[in-house]
Amino acid sequence: MGLFTELKDSISRVTDRLFSEQEPKRIGIYGPPNAGKTTLANRIARDWTGDAVGAESRIPHETRRARRKENVEIERNGKTVTIDIVDTPGVTTKVDYEEFTDEMDEDDAIRRSREATEGVAEAMHWLREDVDGVVYVLDSAEDPITQVNTMLIGIIESRDLPVLIFANKIDLDESSVKRIEDAFPQHTTVPLSAKEGDNMDEVYDKIAEYFG
Amino acid sequence: MPKATNADDSEPSDGVQIDLISGERMDGMATMEKIRMILDGVHDGNIVILEEGLTPDEESRLIEVTMAEISPDEFNGIEIETYPKSDTHDSSLLGRIMGGDQAETKLTVIGPANQIETLHKDETLISALVSRN
Repeated sequence: MGLFTELKDSISRVTDRLFSEQEPKRIGIYGPPNAGKTTLANRIARDWTGDAVGAESRIPHETRRARRKENVEIERNGKTVTIDIVDTPGVTTKVDYEEFTDEMDEDDAIRRSREATEGVAEAMHWLREDVDGVVYVLDSAEDPITQVNTMLIGIIESRDLPVLIFANKIDLDESSVKRIEDAFPQHTTVPLSAKEGDNMDEVYDKIAEYFG
Repeated sequence: MPKATNADDSEPSDGVQIDLISGERMDGMATMEKIRMILDGVHDGNIVILEEGLTPDEESRLIEVTMAEISPDEFNGIEIETYPKSDTHDSSLLGRIMGGDQAETKLTVIGPANQIETLHKDETLISALVSRN
């Protein structure tokens, strides 16, 4: 094979890979601790693959390392969208091991906080380098206007990543989806309860629309 | 009442030092230089106030480096508050291409999480309650 033909084939392989519609999109699930990110990741993974992504817990930082579920095929309106779900640790600017000492002994609490800090650092790095789109999960029973949420949404916007905001926990009495819509009016907000499975049809419609 | 001290003063003090850093001083600095300056100040127990804030990319790296430096009983992270974006900021794609990823004019307050008891913000005021432990 001549040098020119070889070069042309090589360029063609690269462009095919870059523009392939078959290549799964890596969708990062981001948000503050305890917003329900892993519950949502598990719900999506179970609905479409039968397997869960990771353990869920009421203790903050249950997810300390990013976990990926690859090749999740979501079918909407006769079209299949393939995504890799990346469930990330809750992003925060502080981690104090003493927060965990009520639930476990000091050594375990220190280990948990170390893993949490490594996981958050990794999640921030991935946000800059390794995701094609973001699902930003918020607890709709909590005030969404926090510095971490504002910073993270700003970081996502600065990278021009497609983002959907999921207002989770609508099954709770204190839930207010409007509070989230008002806080981030520039983005589409989808209400849901990942725990109860409420409104998941709209969740999948929007994932297909935004990331397909 | 907290007492501001000279940044070069090496004498121990029971006050809280507040470093107000001008936009001009930050202008010529690389991202990691800015982050190092902020975190060195916070590690010393200082409150760092940036006249012009950080870009989103710098904020992302600040969180990443902060996480790497958290250590039990020594440093458990930062509290940070920033005023919202200016309405006049050009956030269009063209604006970002032409203007780069520059910080908007905004004021940011950063301090050690174990010393800032509350850091509250409303539309016109950032209020910090700082302990001297």
